[in-house]
Amino acid sequence: MPTLFAHKIATLNRRRWLAAAAGLALGLAGLSNANAADDTIKIGILHSLSGTMAISETTLKDVMLMLIDEQNKKGGVLGKKLEAVVVDPASNWPLFAEKARELITKDKVAVVFGCWTSVSRKSVLPVFKELNSILFYPVQYEGEESERNVFYTGAAPNQQAIPAVDYLMKEEKVKRWVLEGTDYVYPRTTNKILEAYLKSKGVAPADIMINYTPFGFSDWQTEVSKIKTFGSAGKKTAVVSTINGDANVPFYKELGNQGIKATDIPVVAFSVGEEELAGIDTKPLVGHLAAWNYFESIKTPANEKFIKEWHAFTKNDKRTTNDPMEAHYIGFNMWVKAVEKVKSTDPDKVIDALPGIETPNLTGGIAKMLPNHHITKPVYIGEIKANGQFDVVWKTPGLVPGDAWSKELEGSKDLIGDWVGKKCGNFNVKTNKCLGSDS
Amino acid sequence: MAANAFDRIRSIVLSVFLTVALTVPALAGAFEDGVAKFANDDFPDTEEAIGLVANSGNPLAFPIISALQDDRLSADPDTKKVYITRQDGKIIDAATGAPVDKLPDNAASVRLNNRLRRSVEAALGSLTLLSPDPAKRIAAARSVFKSHEESALPVVEGALAKETNKAAKDAFAEARAAILLNTSGISDADKLDAIATVKARGDQEALALLTDLSDQSPLVTKAAASAISSIQSRLAVWSAVQNAWYGLSLGSVLLLAAIGLAITFGVMGVINMAHGEMVMLGAYTTFVVQDVIRTNLPGLFDYSLFIAVPLAFLVAGAIGVLIERTIIRFLYGRPLETLLATWGISLVLQQAVRTAFGPTNREVGNPSWMSGAFELGQITITYNRLWILCFTLAVFAILLAMLRYTALGLEMRAVTQNRRMAASMGIATSRVDALTFGLGSGIAGIAGVALSQIDNVSPNLGQSYIIDSFMVVVFGGVGNLWGTLVGAFTLGIANKFLEPVAGAVLGKIAILVLIILFIQKRPRGLFALKGRAVEA
Repeated sequence: MPTLFAHKIATLNRRRWLAAAAGLALGLAGLSNANAADDTIKIGILHSLSGTMAISETTLKDVMLMLIDEQNKKGGVLGKKLEAVVVDPASNWPLFAEKARELITKDKVAVVFGCWTSVSRKSVLPVFKELNSILFYPVQYEGEESERNVFYTGAAPNQQAIPAVDYLMKEEKVKRWVLEGTDYVYPRTTNKILEAYLKSKGVAPADIMINYTPFGFSDWQTEVSKIKTFGSAGKKTAVVSTINGDANVPFYKELGNQGIKATDIPVVAFSVGEEELAGIDTKPLVGHLAAWNYFESIKTPANEKFIKEWHAFTKNDKRTTNDPMEAHYIGFNMWVKAVEKVKSTDPDKVIDALPGIETPNLTGGIAKMLPNHHITKPVYIGEIKANGQFDVVWKTPGLVPGDAWSKELEGSKDLIGDWVGKKCGNFNVKTNKCLGSDS
Repeated sequence: MAANAFDRIRSIVLSVFLTVALTVPALAGAFEDGVAKFANDDFPDTEEAIGLVANSGNPLAFPIISALQDDRLSADPDTKKVYITRQDGKIIDAATGAPVDKLPDNAASVRLNNRLRRSVEAALGSLTLLSPDPAKRIAAARSVFKSHEESALPVVEGALAKETNKAAKDAFAEARAAILLNTSGISDADKLDAIATVKARGDQEALALLTDLSDQSPLVTKAAASAISSIQSRLAVWSAVQNAWYGLSLGSVLLLAAIGLAITFGVMGVINMAHGEMVMLGAYTTFVVQDVIRTNLPGLFDYSLFIAVPLAFLVAGAIGVLIERTIIRFLYGRPLETLLATWGISLVLQQAVRTAFGPTNREVGNPSWMSGAFELGQITITYNRLWILCFTLAVFAILLAMLRYTALGLEMRAVTQNRRMAASMGIATSRVDALTFGLGSGIAGIAGVALSQIDNVSPNLGQSYIIDSFMVVVFGGVGNLWGTLVGAFTLGIANKFLEPVAGAVLGKIAILVLIILFIQKRPRGLFALKGRAVEA
């Protein structure tokens, strides 16, 4: 290696040499800087601040800054101050991987909080595995994954989709189902799970209609009138919406304009929260539903305190709070507890310490990190109110543990994730074998 | 006015009271029990309360139920007292009707869920069947048609007997038919009549009612099946009409988004990737105008769009001129650099808006004349889509007239056809370039005002229209406004006829493939510009 290096140096011309020397000097300076700042623990924040996903992810960056700020006011962690390192992956999936690598290798962060879309999570996964770091992922997702380096603080399908369908079946006596989604991995997997679940509950295939629309779809006239027609077959009909982000506003506007009221055909959404409703006139939408593990309107002392701090931190008392923000709140507190338990930020130690850690959530319950790296969550069904908030009309009796692998799907019903006993993310309980990383 | 309205409501309630009192013997105390149950904040209790109050015949029943529907009914969980906040802001005790100074501090509005909302609608339906306002009677009859509660039959029949308004009479007859069809022990002859009435109505709800029938005699089942198939075939025709309308509407949106590009790209030949951002700036101008109006002059809200249109034109146009003067004019004739530079500008503008207004959606309201829909036969036409179609055609006509009849239009055409000749005739070509680009951008801004009514106002708004806009301009024929018009409507209608068959995703792909094939055959689009147009 040194000879090769010498050879390379020899072949460099003078100007390059200078540049390289300067680079080296800078690098050394950076290194010594890192040493000097050793009394802080760095936390990476990997959320898009520009591009399509900025609409959702910017808020999560802000809430992380707030949580870190609060923790520092309490004296930091292990006697060290926390320092946030914010990068902008600009809604660009390959850039997520690059920025993650930069955070871990260059900034030497102890943990990363980030990602929103599943494709961004899939893109950073190899980086976290290779460099052995920790990612907290705060968004509800399609499941079918349990990785050693990732902690999933959002809902798995059994913590959102299935309870929502149960509610509609029991309370609204829904017999006919429209599964309407944006065309990408989360809606497709969720709908596959829901379809299998509905069929297992005796719903005829003719009573299930599945539609997909492209990202950012804005002309909903045909789709909405299709829903209207499907809903007039005499049986109570509901729409289960996995429509993503931007397409929701024109969808709901069209529903309102075509006069589809929640009393006729209720729509239950998994991606519409307080933030999304902020852009819509909600009066025609009163009664449509959303399933989440947190709503801003839930009255608990912890939640009231959180909202107050949020308003103070953002200096804007109109900023709403939402479910992924609570997920980061839980994830951050879990990480702090784990680090304090093992008195180290070493990823291996923290990863082993996290399962079993319990921390209060904002709705009065206790979130517990499970061996499959998912957490326990309550499930709430909220109805949209005229003021753009949700009114909780139903909740699960207790906390629901997140399933990494869906029990409804043929390929995954025998799998479990267990990073404590089996040290495996996809352990097949039938064959007693770990499938390993290649499947 | 308010007092007058209240008196009228009182008279309705009294008349309902009389009819209900004749048919259902009111239970003493049931009303008070019912009202108290509202305070329990428990959905089953509230449901029971609605039933008790609605059937009590108490004159306060109507105010209570309608307050419940509008979120104006509140209850104090400690004292179990229930209050109505009347539309004029006065507060009364729901159980006694006595005026109250103000709501207790811990009074919270009575909550509803969807099932309760349906009960409320049904209850209100039977309470307003005798309203003096025919529109209200029709609405009430419709909600009875939907709920077909057997208990409403005597009131419906009474109302039907003395109804004089034609539309209301039909609505009552349909409501009666719906009840009869769902009541056991009715003779087949009556049921067949009822099916004929429902069949004559012939819409989706009629179809739903007939499909839902069960446990009928064979004769009735057969009649229902034939009515269903006749309604279905009629609806199929209407659905074709509906697709055509949706196509026109989508076409108008495409045209509106593309029309500015038809100037900057079509006429000037500038590949302007920042075109979508001009649309977005127009939408944000609308937001700012509405925001100012909301806080300062709420009465003007219905006119907000009229104020926003010229402002959006000015804002987007001015930024367009600025971009042309500072960047694009150095890049004429270098399409690749223009493409990259304008792409950069689009990112800069997006991020600037994101920094100024935040990354989340901004609420732009629909003025009252743009909300809602009306029925034309069996299809629903929403006002916002209809107005956007009219608006687009108006913008198109004005632009065409401008190019044809004004001095600036003449200069623009001259410069784009032969720049050097135009310059030697004394036209200040660089000034004309700037104004043309400004015009194209300004029109994109106007498009933003209209699109803010149907899409979300976020920094990403423009991106969703840029591809479609280029598609329309290229398909229609670069440099020809009429081509843009025909191109937009062709694409819109083709898209909407493909969508129900192929689904939204495949439909879009199919359209793209068709356009690619078309361009292979006719590289210059539908209406190729003939003659001596000089390419850059």
